[in-house]
Amino acid sequence: MRQRIVVSGRGGQGVLTLTRVLAEAATAAGHEVITTETHGMAQRGGAVISTIKVGPFHGPLIASGEAEVGLFLHADNLPVHGHYLRSGGTALVNATDLPGHDAVDADRLAAEAGEPRAANLALLGYAAGKGVLFAGPDLFEATIRRVTPAKHLERNVMAFRAGVEASK
Amino acid sequence: MTRRVLMGNEAIGRGIVECGCSVATSYPGTPASEILESVATFAREAGHRMHVEWSVNEKVAYEVALAASYTGKRAAVSMKQVGLNVASDPFMRSAYLGVKGGFLLVSADDPGPHSSQTEQDSRFYAMFAKVPVLDPSSPREAKEMVGLAFALSEAYEIPVMLRPTTRVCHARQAVPLLTPEREVRPARFDKDPKRWCATPRFVTDLHRGLTDKLGRLRADPRLAPAFFPGDGTVPRSCIIASGVAFAHTWDVLDEMGLSGKVDRYQVKAPYPLPTDFIERIGSAYERVLVVEETYPVIEMQLANRMVSGRGSRLVPNEGELTPEVIRGVLVEFLGLEPAPVHTASMPAGARPTLCAGCGHRAAYYAISQTFPRGIFPGDIGCYTLGVNLGAVDTCHCMGASIGQAAGFYHAYAQDGQAFPSIVATIGDSTFFHSGIPALVNAVNQRARFLVVILDNGTTAMTGHQPTPGLGRTASGEQGRPVFIRDLVRASGVAFLQEVDAYDVETLTAHLTDADRYMRSEEGAVAVIIASSPCVLAAEAGTTRAVHAVRVTEDCTGCRECLDLFECPALVWDEAAGKVGIGQGTCARCGVCLHVCPVGAIVADEGEPA
Repeated sequence: MRQRIVVSGRGGQGVLTLTRVLAEAATAAGHEVITTETHGMAQRGGAVISTIKVGPFHGPLIASGEAEVGLFLHADNLPVHGHYLRSGGTALVNATDLPGHDAVDADRLAAEAGEPRAANLALLGYAAGKGVLFAGPDLFEATIRRVTPAKHLERNVMAFRAGVEASK
Repeated sequence: MTRRVLMGNEAIGRGIVECGCSVATSYPGTPASEILESVATFAREAGHRMHVEWSVNEKVAYEVALAASYTGKRAAVSMKQVGLNVASDPFMRSAYLGVKGGFLLVSADDPGPHSSQTEQDSRFYAMFAKVPVLDPSSPREAKEMVGLAFALSEAYEIPVMLRPTTRVCHARQAVPLLTPEREVRPARFDKDPKRWCATPRFVTDLHRGLTDKLGRLRADPRLAPAFFPGDGTVPRSCIIASGVAFAHTWDVLDEMGLSGKVDRYQVKAPYPLPTDFIERIGSAYERVLVVEETYPVIEMQLANRMVSGRGSRLVPNEGELTPEVIRGVLVEFLGLEPAPVHTASMPAGARPTLCAGCGHRAAYYAISQTFPRGIFPGDIGCYTLGVNLGAVDTCHCMGASIGQAAGFYHAYAQDGQAFPSIVATIGDSTFFHSGIPALVNAVNQRARFLVVILDNGTTAMTGHQPTPGLGRTASGEQGRPVFIRDLVRASGVAFLQEVDAYDVETLTAHLTDADRYMRSEEGAVAVIIASSPCVLAAEAGTTRAVHAVRVTEDCTGCRECLDLFECPALVWDEAAGKVGIGQGTCARCGVCLHVCPVGAIVADEGEPA
C-alpha cells in the first residue's frame, strides 16, 4: 500500500484531528505511516495543511503533483493547495456545490448530527464511503471510537456516518 | 514491543521519561512546545515523581536543569531555536564546565520558517559552544537519539544537543515504547569551586578539557554516519544528508527510480564530524553533495572544494528543503534531464486573524482609535496579529516591545519636538519572560510611553501553557501565583490601571489619562493591564457572554467593521451588500457595538445574552 493524502482547511476546522485519525487508522491496519501538520500562528484561522504518507516512505512532506487524495475542508483552499494532487488524483471538497468537483456539504451533515465542529469527520466518512482511502469506513469508525474523548464520541460518530451515507 | 503513534515532540518527551530523567524544564515556543507537555503526561503515566517545569524563560529553564545535572541526576531542557538565543549565556559556559548527570538540550529549529523570527541553525550553536549535536530524521529516530544523548553526556560529562526540525517535531509515526527506567539516584552535589565556580584562571584548562572531549567524540563509533552504498552506477560521487532532509532525499530518489544507484551517507551527529569520515569523503569521492538544514554545518567541516552544497549555491541558502527543492538539486547534481516544474505562483490562502471574542482585538481597537498617529511596538504571541488591525508596527523578539518603545521615545524626544504617543503591547507570558527588565530599564531611564499588557491568563499561541500569573505547574499541581500588577508597581511605575479588555469605553478613558500623565511634568512610563481570558482556553465555557448582537437595515456596506476590526464573526453578505453576524462563530463579547460608524450593530434584545 502506498497512498499520499493532503488534508487542507482553515485553522480551527479540525485538520489536526483528521490527520491523527488517518495516522492511527493506517497504523491499526498494519501500514507504515508518516504525517506532518501545521502548528503556530496559522492555526488562528489561516490556511493550514497536513500531509499523510501511508506506505514505506521516510519523510513526511508530499511534493507538488504527488498526492493521490486531497480532502479539502474549505473550498477557498483548492487554489492554494490543489497543486499537491497528481493528475488523476481525487479531491473531495466540503462545499454546498462546486461545479467540476466532488463536493459534499460536510458542515451541514455535521450540524445535523448535532456536532457542527465535526465537519472534518463527515468529510472523512464521505471519502471512506467513496472507497478512495487506504481503508474502508469500519476501520475509520473504530479509530474514531478509540481516539475521541467520550463527551463528543457519539455525535462525532454520527457525523462520520452521515458522511458515509452521503457517499452512496 | 508496543508501538504508539506519536508526534515527534511526544516521542522526544517519551524518550526523556524512558531514560529516567529527573528534572525537565522548558519555555513554550513552536515547534518545541509539546515536548515538555508529553514529559508531564508520560511521567504521570509511569508514576514517576519528576520535576516538570514551565520556566519563566529559556535562560532560567537552562540553569534549573543544569544544576539538577550537577547533582548527578539526569536533566533535560527543551526550547525553540530562538529560545536558545535567550539561553545562550548559560549554554556556552556549560560546555566548558561540563555536567554530571546526563544533560540533554533540545533546540527545535524551524526551516522555512513556519512560526519563527529566523530560520537559524542550532547546530551552529552546538559548534560555537563545542558540544555534540544529534540531528534526527524522524520521530522514531528522535526518541532513539534521546537515549544516545544521555549516554554520551554521561560518558563525556558534556551537554548534548538534540536538534529536531519542524518536520520532525510535528511529524507523526508509530514509535516503539520501552519501559521507563525508574530514577533512583539521590541528589549529591560534590563541591568543586575550580569547576563549578571557575574564575578566569581555571577557564583555559577547562577549555583544554573540552577540546580533548571533542577529539575523543570524533572517534566514537556511536557518532559515525550511516552508509548506504550505491551499485556503482554513479561512480566516485556521494550524497551526504542529515535530519529530515535525509528522509526527503531518500523519498525523492525513490520517486525518481534512483534508489541504490549512488552512495549515500546519513550524518546523525553533524558536529563533531568523525575525523576518518572527513578523510574518507576527501579521498574516495570526486563529487560530493551535502543536503542539510538550514546552514552549511556539515559542509563547512568537510572544507572540500569538491563539495556541492550551499557554498556552491547548488543548494539554496534560504528556505525549507522541500521534496521539490531537493529534486531540483538532485537533478542538477546527477546531470539528469530536468522534469517540468510547477512555476505558477499559488495564492497565499487565508491569513490568520485573532479569534472571535478575543480580548486583544478590543484592546487594539481602543489603542488605534485613541492614537491614530501613534507608534506601536508589538511583541511575540497571538497578539502580533494586531498588525492586521494597524495596531502593531514592530515585532522583533520576546520582550522587545518595551525596549523598542523606550528607544523610539529617546530618539524622538532628543529632537526637542513633541514626541508621538508610543504604545507598546505585550502579552502576560511574554511580560514574565523578558518584559520585566525592559520595564525597569525604561522607568530608570525616564522614558515616557504607554505599555498595555494584554493579559489573557495563558500562553495562548503555543497551546495554553500556564503562566506564573496562574499559579499552576506543568504537572497540573498548585504553584504560587505571581501577579503582574505587583511586578509593575515594583518596577517603579506610578501610573497603573487594570481594566476588562471588553470594556472599550473604560479602556479608552485609561489610555487618554495615561497619555496625559506621561506628558505631564512628572510623567513617566504608564501601564495598563487589559485582561480578558483566552476564548480558546479550557475555561472558555465561562467566557463572559455580554451581548448578543445583530446588524440592522441601517448597514451601509461601508465594510469599516470588516477592515478595521476584522472579527471572524462579522461576515460579508455578498447578495445583500451588507454585513451579517456569523451565528455559531460569534462569542457575544459585544465589542463590535462600538465599531459601526452608523450604529447598525446593535444588541439583540430578543436573544438571551
